[in-house]
Amino acid sequence: MNWRLLIGLPLLVGVIVTAIMVVESRQHHRQLSVQLSALETERDELNIEFGRLQLEQAALGKTSRIERVAAEQLMMRSPTPTEVEVLRP
Amino acid sequence: MSVRRSPPRRPQAGQRGPNLRGRLQVLSVFLGIAGFILVAKAAEMQLWRSEFYQAKGDARFVREIEIPTSRGMITDRNGEPLAISTPVESIWASPRELLKNPERMGELAAALQLPLEEVKARVEARAERDFVYLRRRLTPDQSEPVMALKIPGVYSAREYQRFYPLGDVAAHVLGYTNIDDQGQEGLELAFNDWLIGKPGAKRVIKDRLGRVVENVELVRAAEPGRTLELSIDRRLQHLVYRELQKALVENSATSASGVVLDVATGEILAMVNLPSYNPNVLDSVPAARRNRAVTDVFEPGSVIKAFTVAAALETGRVMPDTIIETSPGYMPLANHVVRDIRNFGTLTVTGLLTKSSNIAATKLALDMPNEHLHDVLHRFGFGELSGSGFPGEQAGVLSAPQGWGVVEKATISYGYGLSTTVLQLAQAYAAIGNGGVWMPATFVHGGAGEGRAAIDPQLAKTLLGMLETVTGPQGSAQRAGVAGYRVAGKTGTSRRSVAGGYEKRYISVFAGLVPASQPRYAMALMINDPDPKQYYGGLVAAPVFGRVMADALRVLDVPPDNVEQLLAAAPAVPAAEADALTLEAESVAEPLDALRPAAEPVPLQGAR
Repeated sequence: MNWRLLIGLPLLVGVIVTAIMVVESRQHHRQLSVQLSALETERDELNIEFGRLQLEQAALGKTSRIERVAAEQLMMRSPTPTEVEVLRP
Repeated sequence: MSVRRSPPRRPQAGQRGPNLRGRLQVLSVFLGIAGFILVAKAAEMQLWRSEFYQAKGDARFVREIEIPTSRGMITDRNGEPLAISTPVESIWASPRELLKNPERMGELAAALQLPLEEVKARVEARAERDFVYLRRRLTPDQSEPVMALKIPGVYSAREYQRFYPLGDVAAHVLGYTNIDDQGQEGLELAFNDWLIGKPGAKRVIKDRLGRVVENVELVRAAEPGRTLELSIDRRLQHLVYRELQKALVENSATSASGVVLDVATGEILAMVNLPSYNPNVLDSVPAARRNRAVTDVFEPGSVIKAFTVAAALETGRVMPDTIIETSPGYMPLANHVVRDIRNFGTLTVTGLLTKSSNIAATKLALDMPNEHLHDVLHRFGFGELSGSGFPGEQAGVLSAPQGWGVVEKATISYGYGLSTTVLQLAQAYAAIGNGGVWMPATFVHGGAGEGRAAIDPQLAKTLLGMLETVTGPQGSAQRAGVAGYRVAGKTGTSRRSVAGGYEKRYISVFAGLVPASQPRYAMALMINDPDPKQYYGGLVAAPVFGRVMADALRVLDVPPDNVEQLLAAAPAVPAAEADALTLEAESVAEPLDALRPAAEPVPLQGAR
């Protein structure tokens, strides 16, 4: 009887402890997957945003637009040959 | 009786024992068998056929879902985006589920901004199926209200759409993709394997309503498409586009193409075709989508004379200052007449290029073996693919020298009877500027291939100097000049070939190199069918070169190699004078009437 108790009790305790650990790790896993999918969503959204900003930048940086803004709004023009100073080393 | 009656009563207790034991035995045997069956069944399910049952179970709730990935970006040589994929939402429905709630169709159609009839028709046409697209490629802003309705059987799937920020400026080079993100034309097609990503997959557990309950495992991670860095320079591309567009309108031409190459590496810095199309909205006619600079061949006319001269100089029988007699401006040749635009009198070999004399070119060609002229042209890449790998690229026609009669040889010497693309022409001129080394063309930044020596470096240098006279004060292409820079180049004007002959319509061509002291950029351009009143290459095509390069050299920070001219502060050429000069100096290479265009095989002797 005594030796049964000696083997059985630790086993019983072990079973209960591991069972609780399984629950625990399961819960941890769930939490992590929720976190993962949240981060994935965030990553996707940031990527979308990045793509949109890249497009916007490309549209705003179109050479034809820069040219138009420079000439029409900023009144810029190429210097005539008389306005060019050539520096020689 | 009582005795006989009593024994059964007494042994009742005694009999109850064996009886109980018997029942217990029966029961335990029964339970034992049942237990055995259970264990056996469990063993069968767990050990024997576990895979089968696992698969059956998985099939009911484990789903493998695709992780979509985007197509790689295409950038120019400075990393500026030329093609970007951005995510969009496609709304799809399961008709079987959706049709259980037909009363919500109106709501759905309104949110989709589609007519109700159309939505109904589309869903009902596939009533027994589980999948139908309702609307593809909505922006997240558009798709949100649809999904917010939470109509059973309506889902959204992420897809990627391609955007081309440059629009029509680089349309032909980049090409486009279809709705499934596969390259259809241009570099999108040529580099499709490089650009497409590999969609990943993950295994998830879904509940009855199709919601993901748990991620089981990642089957394979999504591999996003790789970025493709082109050799194209966005700024140059725009400059070429702008100036060609201007020339197209001014000359009421039907089409135009231009290519700028990096001389040392053969990288294509700009490639423009007009008319163009907007690749973001595909409703153009397919003909406008052709990249004419590599797919359309034409007879280049006088620009070929540079290579005739190279061949002549290579034989050692003439020098740049050897005198050629071109009087009286026409020359009978086997039932035909070769003409110059006027009588140039005696010309040097350099003068041949400066004035673009057909007679002098013919005389040089007749003085060398067919094979030699063919060999030189072939070394410069005529009749051979450029190496760019562009889909649908043409090699042009350079017929075998054994078949050339005097007439073919004469016409080839000034650019008829052979055909080329604009890219090949730019490449051939780049070889002159690259010390005689012909480089295969490439669209990829840093993708330079192995070059091959076309002519001796010394000869290339001599030729370059001779070509510089073309944009000089006596030359036919002064308008190609760029203030502060030395320019070498050659004009060409050729009659367009049609089936069976040539028409009274023209192609104006210019090919040139800057800065001539140490060429860095080669450009060839072709303007197809300009206004017949003014079709000379020197007037139509050369100014485009000059204007593109004036801006390009500034943008690219190339130091001027002709500072004296800049200091003199004189405009390169007074405009009014230029008209008179160019008109006179330009010589149109007239095809011999009876000759067939290069597109058809030229028969022996060709005298028809």
